[in-house]
Amino acid sequence: MDLLYKILIDPFVQMGAAPDLLVQTLWEGLVSGVLYSLIALGFVLIFKASGVFNFAQGIMVVFAALTLVGLHEIGVPAFIALGLTIVVMFGLAYLVERLMLRPLVNQPDIILFMATFGLTYFLIGFGELVFGGNPKKMITSQLYLPSGAYDIKMFGGFVSLQKIDIAAAVIVSLMVISLALFFQKTRIGRALRAVADSHKAALSVGISLEQIWVVVWFAAGIVALVTGIMWGARSEVSFSLQIIALKALPVLILGGFTSIPGAIIGGLIIGIGEKIGEFYWGPLLGSGIESWLAYVIALIFLLFRPQGLFGEKIIERI
Amino acid sequence: MRMKATILASAVIAATALTGNAPPAAAQESIYVPLFTYRTGPFSGSGIYIAEGMHDYLEMLNQRDGGIGGVKIAIEECETGYDTKKGLECYEAVKDKKPVVINPWSTGITLPLIPRASVDKVPVLSMAYGLSASAIGDTFPWIFNPPATYWDGASMILSYIGAKEGGLDKLKGKTLGFIYLDAGFGKEPIPLFEQMAKDYGFTLKLYPVPATEMQNQSSQWLNVRRDKPDFMMMYGWGALQPTAVKEAAKINYPMDKFISIWWASEDDAGAAGDASKGFKSLNWHATGASFPAIADIKKYVTDKNLTQTDKSHLGRVLYNRGVYNSMLIAEGIRNAQKLTGKKVINGEDMRRGLETLNVDEARLKEIGLGGFTGPVKLSCADHNGHFATFMQEWDGTKWAKIPGDIKPMADKVNPLLTAAAKDYTDKNGNWPKRTEACDKAS
Amino acid sequence: MFYREAGQFKTTYQADQAVFPILQDRIGLAIILVSAFVLIPLAATDFFLTVIMIPFLILALASMGLNILTGYTGLLSLGTGGFMGVGAFACYKLTTIYPGVNIVIWILVSGFFSTALGILFGLPSLRIKGFYLTVATLASQFFLDWSFIRVQWLTNYNTSGAIEVPTRTLFSMPVTGPNATPQFRYLVILSIVTLLTWFASNLVHGRIGRMWMAVRDMDLAAELIGIPLYRTKLLAFAISSYYCGVAGALMVFFWYGSAEPGVFNIDQSFTILFMVIIGGLGSLTGSFFGAALIYGLPIVLKNVLHGVGINIVPATVEHITFMSVGALIVLVLIIEPLGLARLWQITKQKLRVWPFPY
Repeated sequence: MDLLYKILIDPFVQMGAAPDLLVQTLWEGLVSGVLYSLIALGFVLIFKASGVFNFAQGIMVVFAALTLVGLHEIGVPAFIALGLTIVVMFGLAYLVERLMLRPLVNQPDIILFMATFGLTYFLIGFGELVFGGNPKKMITSQLYLPSGAYDIKMFGGFVSLQKIDIAAAVIVSLMVISLALFFQKTRIGRALRAVADSHKAALSVGISLEQIWVVVWFAAGIVALVTGIMWGARSEVSFSLQIIALKALPVLILGGFTSIPGAIIGGLIIGIGEKIGEFYWGPLLGSGIESWLAYVIALIFLLFRPQGLFGEKIIERI
Repeated sequence: MRMKATILASAVIAATALTGNAPPAAAQESIYVPLFTYRTGPFSGSGIYIAEGMHDYLEMLNQRDGGIGGVKIAIEECETGYDTKKGLECYEAVKDKKPVVINPWSTGITLPLIPRASVDKVPVLSMAYGLSASAIGDTFPWIFNPPATYWDGASMILSYIGAKEGGLDKLKGKTLGFIYLDAGFGKEPIPLFEQMAKDYGFTLKLYPVPATEMQNQSSQWLNVRRDKPDFMMMYGWGALQPTAVKEAAKINYPMDKFISIWWASEDDAGAAGDASKGFKSLNWHATGASFPAIADIKKYVTDKNLTQTDKSHLGRVLYNRGVYNSMLIAEGIRNAQKLTGKKVINGEDMRRGLETLNVDEARLKEIGLGGFTGPVKLSCADHNGHFATFMQEWDGTKWAKIPGDIKPMADKVNPLLTAAAKDYTDKNGNWPKRTEACDKAS
Repeated sequence: MFYREAGQFKTTYQADQAVFPILQDRIGLAIILVSAFVLIPLAATDFFLTVIMIPFLILALASMGLNILTGYTGLLSLGTGGFMGVGAFACYKLTTIYPGVNIVIWILVSGFFSTALGILFGLPSLRIKGFYLTVATLASQFFLDWSFIRVQWLTNYNTSGAIEVPTRTLFSMPVTGPNATPQFRYLVILSIVTLLTWFASNLVHGRIGRMWMAVRDMDLAAELIGIPLYRTKLLAFAISSYYCGVAGALMVFFWYGSAEPGVFNIDQSFTILFMVIIGGLGSLTGSFFGAALIYGLPIVLKNVLHGVGINIVPATVEHITFMSVGALIVLVLIIEPLGLARLWQITKQKLRVWPFPY
């Protein structure tokens, strides 16, 4: 009975007793959700256009952030470093397409998946070789990213909104809108959607698969850079950042592998769900349940919709 | 097709190279000291400093004095990446080369080595990490973990808080929060904290951070905001620490009430910029490079490019930690040479040397580390020493020592240690009784 | 020429259906077994046994387990590390509660605990497919990982949160703990691995194996020809987890000697998956190849770089090792996406027709 009370009633009593903390929890969940969906977005872009489940997205985040900070450390001004990093990410996309994807075209999904593991290993070694293993500080102020917080008084307490988190939310929204426009309105965007529908049909109408792949990997690279800047600002730029990328996986299965809105909404559900769960129900299990709660949330959704919330319906024929 | 042949051929070459994998024999007249380091992997941010400090001090002795007692030290680094698997590989690789001491630098690597040390006759020096119970020399004659255990650390943090509040009994009714890495290391002090909470009537709040969530701590700190603990204590490592400092600043937690165990580095403390002023950490040695021994490192090693150390790293807290570790090794070797009268010592001699280690103020001054740290004296029964430490405070640019030694609460820690050692031997069935004779302290 | 089966006639169906129908294969297998059981323990150094052979056999066993699930049944799982952990913790609990029972028996029994959890976490597999299922298995991985840390009963309330392996004997010789000789440990592991390989080989070549492969190739079609989907998939989860559990128990008791829960983290699952894919999906031999390549390659590279005598610092060696392993994975996939097992088959075929290839 006591247990039932703790599970079913007590958390809500707490929510009512300290509404400012509830709002803060929701806000924190929202922010982490936005950042999760940002990582998931990188996965979705590549999966949509090439059917590759890109495990290397996590290390691309680290690599992009390291390149940016590393360039700035050797004296390149912040915005030029940013530009150069974008060039580096383009180079990476080009090389990945040329050396990895092209020879592996038409292979089963799992083989391409495996190849991205190879890429991950390579980038870990390469990144440490070039930039060293020292954690680095993200150059937030040089990039004119705000710091500090707005403390808003409400419900007898306060809610603190970090400016960098607000910036993250704004930047992510802008990115999603521009990606959506890019997909809907431009020539390349239309080609991308055609490739996503069917490789063969796209090829037959003269769309260059190679070009499309470079474009999506490049787009994923830019998403990785933005992710790296935002997570880097929250803690530091180091190789342990790639673990965070695993958090994108439940977001992906929840939202569906092929849907950009799915990645966004999935991210928000996971982010808010796990923060609320950890904050109000976590102590019952001895806390720290965040590491698996997201997966369980996703699993529950999956049992009802096996293709994710927004995934294309899986139709099997014999 | 040719490509496949090449692959096969290279595989064959690799295989033959492997079977011929005889480790290069250490030169005749030298003392072999392997250093397990992690300059790679997710914890490399801390590991690099430690590796540099350990390596440079020994290299400096080689360059300046021609080794210890006229015998060169053969230094070899083995990269573990903080990974137990690779650590064991390193151990097997160095074992046959007659190492005098092993520094595992990871609790995960230390634990499997504890039972092996007595069989392979190689002492293990796990400096303020590893198994706390191994402080009891009668049970663990081959393991050394000076200068303090994690339980000592926990008791020192509490006694510091107590002193600040005007006596430990003033803690009654207060709330203390503990944020830690959700792994063996972070959980270790909890029994002590719980015991103390009962004795002194404070409330203990636990905030575990899973290893995968080190950089994503907003829920833990939301809990902190709700519980409003009067003090926060931290047992963290790697990316956990800077993130925690940033999150603490974010919720406006008073930094001067946020106290870490001795692993916080400058990068960690400074993570929140000006907002992290006042953040505190335990320590038992000085920071900064203004010691003759470290000046010698600069003169004989870094200036001559005999190391890969970045010159700016000299004097950082974790660099000096590495120096301290190597100082213990060097003094242990010297002591063993004195005890046995041999020049080239082996692991068994080193064990005796460490057991009777006595580095007093005068000796510290002699080796150019006067005022660097307190004296270290070990005995057969006590392989740890439970030495006093001090608190240091982050002033925005560097660690500043807060004067005043903090002593561990022996009456609280020792029963736990004895119980843990007994527990260990009980669980391991026929744990060997100590057969090694005890030397008179020299 | 070297490998010709001309003149070998089969007069019974049984002979025709044998796992090794060709005489040379049987001779080859005998040579491998003899050298593994006799030559290696006699000739090899302790370093070779403890650093190369013991880990290789244990990892090969785990990848065999995952191969049953992923390679034969087509269910991609990332929960291997967790299941290995279940085996290890179960074995630790069993041997501390009943120290009188032989450790080898407990190791074989502890696999059944993994089996139980494997079945439990395999339940969603009927509804969820493909990469979606993969991510669902991650739920089990993270949940188990968390339980190993949080449930202190599992480690007998050890203050370090680790399991420390007590000394146990077999034929009154120590087989675990610091006094066990590498040779003896190696032989015990080799026997267990050989036994389980033999069992798996019979399984995958028989009715059950064919059911698994039918499910892998197309589960709807398999269902139509009367294969009970759910039972087949769960059976794959069960047997796969059993192998992983035994491998985990062996890993802690015969290799590490003590383990923190962190050993069974997600990285472990990934490593085993690499081995399966590089070795060859749906091939037991491939599991051995994969384990040898993924585990052995970094060690070989490190020693080669050392051996060449270039004075590179260990950290750089580590970086280069990472890069080379990554590049080699991609290279192997480009050369032969079906893995090393397929390369091996091609080699055998070539030897068969040499010197007159057609």
